[in-house]
Amino acid sequence: MPRRDDIHKILILGSGPIVIGQAAEFDYSGVQACKVLKEEGYEIVLVNSNPATIMTDPEFADATYVEPLLPGPVAQVIEKERPDALLPTLGGQTALNLAKALQEDGTLEKYGVELIGANYDAINCAEDRDLFKQTMEAAGLKMPRSGIATNVAQAMGTLKEIGLPAIIRPAFTLGGRGGGIARSEEEFRTIVQRGIDASPIGQVLLDQSVLGWGEFELEVMRDHNDNVVIVCSIENIDPMGVHTGDSVTVAPQQTLTDRLYQQLRDQAITVIRAVGVETGGSNVQFAVNPETEEILVIEMNPRVSRSSALASKATGFPIAKIAARLAVGYSLDEIDNDITGVTPASFEPAIDYVVVKWPRFAFEKFAGVDARLSTHMKSVGEAMAMGRTFKQAFGKALRSRELDVEPSFDGDDTATLLAGLEQPASDRFDVILECFRRGTEVAEIHALTSIDPWYLRELRDFARDPEAPFAGERSFKAVDTCAAEFAARTPYFYSGWERERADEVVRGDRPSVVILGAGPNRIGQGIEFDYCCVHAAMTVRAAGRDAVMVNCNPETVSTDYDTSDRLYFEPLTLEDVLGVCEIEKPEGLIVQFGGQTPLKLAAGLVAAGVPLLGTSVDAIDLAEDRGRFGTLLAELGFQAPPYATALSVAEALVASEQVGFPLLVRPNYVLGGRAMEIVYSRDGLEDYLARHAPAPGVARAEIFLDRFLENAIEVDVDALCDGEDVWVGGIMQHVEEAGIHSGDSACVLPPHSLGPEMLDQIRAHTRGIALGLGVVGLMNAQYAVQDGRLYVIEANPRASRTVPFVSKAIGIPLAKLACRIMLGERIADMDLPANPMAGQHVSVKEAVLPFDRFDGSDAVLGPEMRSTGEVMGVARDFPTAFAKAQAAAGAALPTGGTVFITVTDNDKPAAYAIAQVLHDLGFAIVATRGTAEAIERMGIPVEVLNKIGEGSPHVVDRIEGGHVDLVVNTPTGSGARTDGWEIRRAAVARGIPCLTTLAGGLAAARAIAAARQGDGPAPVISLQELHRSIPEVAR
Amino acid sequence: MRDATAYVLLEDGARFDGDACAATGPVTGEVVFNTAMSGYQEAVTDPSYAGQLLTFTYPHIGNYGVSAGAMESDRVHVRAAIMRAAVNREDAPSAERGWLDWLEDCGVPAITGVDTRSLVRHIRARGAMRGGVFPADMPAAQARERIEAEPAMTGRDLAREVTPIEAATLGPTGGADGGGGGPRIVAIDTGIKASIVANLRRRGATVELHPCTTSASELLAREPDAYFLANGPGDPAALEYVVDTVRALLGTRPVFGICLGHQLLSRAVGLETFKLPFGHRGANHPVKDLTTGAIEITSQNHGFAVLGPNGERTIDVDEPVRWETDFGAAQLSHINLYDRTVEGLTLLDVPGGTVQYHPEAGPGPHDSLYLFDRFLDQINAAASA
Repeated sequence: MPRRDDIHKILILGSGPIVIGQAAEFDYSGVQACKVLKEEGYEIVLVNSNPATIMTDPEFADATYVEPLLPGPVAQVIEKERPDALLPTLGGQTALNLAKALQEDGTLEKYGVELIGANYDAINCAEDRDLFKQTMEAAGLKMPRSGIATNVAQAMGTLKEIGLPAIIRPAFTLGGRGGGIARSEEEFRTIVQRGIDASPIGQVLLDQSVLGWGEFELEVMRDHNDNVVIVCSIENIDPMGVHTGDSVTVAPQQTLTDRLYQQLRDQAITVIRAVGVETGGSNVQFAVNPETEEILVIEMNPRVSRSSALASKATGFPIAKIAARLAVGYSLDEIDNDITGVTPASFEPAIDYVVVKWPRFAFEKFAGVDARLSTHMKSVGEAMAMGRTFKQAFGKALRSRELDVEPSFDGDDTATLLAGLEQPASDRFDVILECFRRGTEVAEIHALTSIDPWYLRELRDFARDPEAPFAGERSFKAVDTCAAEFAARTPYFYSGWERERADEVVRGDRPSVVILGAGPNRIGQGIEFDYCCVHAAMTVRAAGRDAVMVNCNPETVSTDYDTSDRLYFEPLTLEDVLGVCEIEKPEGLIVQFGGQTPLKLAAGLVAAGVPLLGTSVDAIDLAEDRGRFGTLLAELGFQAPPYATALSVAEALVASEQVGFPLLVRPNYVLGGRAMEIVYSRDGLEDYLARHAPAPGVARAEIFLDRFLENAIEVDVDALCDGEDVWVGGIMQHVEEAGIHSGDSACVLPPHSLGPEMLDQIRAHTRGIALGLGVVGLMNAQYAVQDGRLYVIEANPRASRTVPFVSKAIGIPLAKLACRIMLGERIADMDLPANPMAGQHVSVKEAVLPFDRFDGSDAVLGPEMRSTGEVMGVARDFPTAFAKAQAAAGAALPTGGTVFITVTDNDKPAAYAIAQVLHDLGFAIVATRGTAEAIERMGIPVEVLNKIGEGSPHVVDRIEGGHVDLVVNTPTGSGARTDGWEIRRAAVARGIPCLTTLAGGLAAARAIAAARQGDGPAPVISLQELHRSIPEVAR
Repeated sequence: MRDATAYVLLEDGARFDGDACAATGPVTGEVVFNTAMSGYQEAVTDPSYAGQLLTFTYPHIGNYGVSAGAMESDRVHVRAAIMRAAVNREDAPSAERGWLDWLEDCGVPAITGVDTRSLVRHIRARGAMRGGVFPADMPAAQARERIEAEPAMTGRDLAREVTPIEAATLGPTGGADGGGGGPRIVAIDTGIKASIVANLRRRGATVELHPCTTSASELLAREPDAYFLANGPGDPAALEYVVDTVRALLGTRPVFGICLGHQLLSRAVGLETFKLPFGHRGANHPVKDLTTGAIEITSQNHGFAVLGPNGERTIDVDEPVRWETDFGAAQLSHINLYDRTVEGLTLLDVPGGTVQYHPEAGPGPHDSLYLFDRFLDQINAAASA
């Protein structure tokens, strides 16, 4: 059956902010869906709260709503837009849960919206563990022995049947959040309670442990004619017990016989039919006992997923694109395989290379967190590598990780290393390689890890001679879905090493521009940079050149073969990028859009003779070298906080007096921005230096000291410069005061409390710095405003994290303009508005933090960035936009109830203001003694709660009892497990909004007031409407 | 990179170096490729590969060793295995022997470290051709002479080389009647795969395997419930003696065929076969069943195919087009969605039908196993009629 003509307007739901377990893969799938459905002539309405996505670019939908992904706002969108259908399978678990809620609350029926892609019953069957198990058993398939519990006592009964170790998984959560493996009864009780709390329906599934069994995934597609194909098999090198998102995985599967693989294939087909996914893609996970060949179904996702994105990139089969076409009526044989252009999509890809996916972790950002792996996903990103052999792919995956610190085990004896392998941690493969280098046998590692000996032998050989797989000649081979049986039309390449060079790259006559991507997502370098790279590719293509993308992140839009003219799926190292440049001989190379990753390669690439487009290597150095940059600022007459660099403790103590307290201190020998702290006194500095002494053998230990500007307002600016002219695109005021990492602070555009004179001064400074550095393209500058004076904090001559947010707020695509400048255009010829922030709306960006993922981490903001993603709230006024952003970030502000306030002594006077607003709104106020006294003195009634040390019932009991709706808590210090730490942990665990700065607290109070005054919920506004409303003078 | 110890040479002079990893050769034959990612042991023991050197497009071959249960016949039929990264592993849970050790025991030459993708792209562009695997110390001129001495695949009768010397009867292993009340099927064994026999027996059939040189009168004298035409190697046009036999069988009992059997039945009713440029060998070919509209992912292994009603190589419509044959009408039952070649036909005026692909899998997907049920149902229906 061809395209359905009975539907015209389709609502697509995105997945919201990047969080652990739900990342850029849903931007990739959503973009594919939007593209093909638009191509098919449907009108597209999109809701996604994440501004850093390509899918929320206004051109990808007819109406784009950057609104919270909650039933209320989405129902408002439905009421306003009246779509005929809702496609919920491309926005991860968020979209699926939302669709389910909209069905259950009657919204879909009320407005006559049809669910397409997956029906309600199928979603329910796959998600309700009990129903799923019944369905599997009825279909003749086996699952691990299991039970369901809604309280601990019930769970203890079930434990008798299934035995320890047991697996606990909460129903309806992302990536197994809140689950775990229990090896003792005590552990079992704890995890069960946590799981029940984490589950929106208060339910956990308890499973027989299949620890050590092989773990396999099959990506399945079905059309409405009941044709089913398997796109790809994926084998987890890590056996069962490590979440697949944290596992190193391989495609295709390597170790199953054809007979066993075909059984998995048959079962996967049975699963998708039994669950009732009528059209689209699903992911089915299996556990296989290698000895008995017993196969158990573990779970299925009736939607595109992280694994389906990986499978798409691994095979060239665009699952999301095809799922979208299937959802509107096509059958698999009616859809072309884009890659070959001559064969239909109703086939199973054959691949003639090996794919390895490697997770990227961020444990170094969360002190005190358990880095061991379990069924609870903890990685924040991933890299994928392809090679002609497993060893090539594995070696390339190692390079693609871009670790800040290469793992070293010099101080550890082999016995300790081996003992550590029994509980897999994020460095387990590095440990295994090290043990093999030291001569450990395959059998011993197998006994400890249950990893299939096939992989262990490959790893052993790799450990002993890591260069061997790369002997021979680098040859660029095509990803063609068919193992060379047909000619590939789509140029998608990877490098393999062969005896003789045999490249398959065919280039036309057009000059090419190579764009370097951002590599695996990590904290501080995420989807925002992929957004910029994709915009660069669009711009290069529009400028009549071939856009050539180099990246190794399988989640992204940039690694969609549609995005560029040629895609090279390669690690972002100097050697690998030079390999691409050698064959591409590009007109130019762009390093400005992929964050720090490409920037770090710039000097080496230029030294090798590759022409760089945009800002020069020297300008990059000028911005990054503290001394050179300081000199530039002095020449320009701009103020910066005093700073010093010390080479010893003694020097640091001397320098601290010159710089002046408080100080922002960080050492150069702790990488990844860790160990950055604010110290208020000489004693504090001594204590800091004692805690962060350099390890023996650190070549050049430097300690950076910067004066910390207390209670300053921090400001972020994104600007364009062509070398002669500067254009400021956006000025953002941080909601949190200086000292909170800009990536973690909420910010507002336009600034809500800076006057026109200050804004002019900021513009002038930005102009001076950009021209002084010699920026050609984008620059981000950060300032602090203290007592009416402007200080320059830093400038980065590259696209910043805020570029997509600003672009959406002002309706002007900064990255595209920057790319045009880099290709030779002048700002003067671009007809840019003098004041792009003149629109009648306010945009707020809010960070989303992963504290609920990491037991043991302190839920507090600080100078180190720890957020994984961001959301945007747009409204006519700041408080409403702030409230929307909070709701979108998963911490919807209450409109009434009880607020708990506890703040440091410094903050006590100001806490009164927050209490006053909330009291006037009818909130009950509770506080610990000191804070309560400060509030009471101002005549506001307050109930005093015990601190934890003062005995039960204390504050944490009250929070855990569900009697607190909002927490305002400013931290007293870092490190120790203070009361504040316990309070924040309890709030995070209960999903209670927790504001850790006074500024944030005040903004929240205003937002609540605005919501209470308003007449019903704030209206939803599409970006297209918003951008149309920006006055003509501004455009 | 180490010096090569062996090389692949094609008749057009293309050369691909690698390392000898089982028996050393030299060996010549037709060089073909298979794109399946698993099932290497089933492939090399498939008699349809007689006379051929098999290139595996998947790089790692041998990962799970070899075992008796994966044999498709009693021996290796490929003349050599050409691989990118061969693995000899004997400790996989189901393995009885390492893959390369076993090939060596069987005297089968194998080469690894070959840029198989470049080799396959060459064959894709120029067509399957003769070639060989040679030890590095054999001069290319000498290797070329050997290739020249190898007969071309077109016109070649290889069935005689793989057919059994004498007939054998195999009883049912399952089915409703289990004990022997099921149909008796007489198969002309041009190199039948064990999976085909197993699928018939599992459904209650008794299978008689007869040498392909058996005369029609002998086969008719067996008075079976149905005839089966097996898969097998070589050019169907070189098997006119079997075609004549089939012609005599048609109309007496239902006749079914797979792969070479499909080509032989087609020729028997007067249709023509032709050589595909490089054949279909893999486990991912989509085939549409024109009766139901369903798409099957199929296992394939053939170098020849049947021409359409007007002598065309590809059929551009998804419709059950018809041939007028010497035995009445024949109807297209299955079509290959990759290249739109004929994948199956049904005889409308005499009982019979065939498929070009391998519903028995071994190796490959199980999507088409229903054909055996359909086949058995038709036999039972004919018997009760």
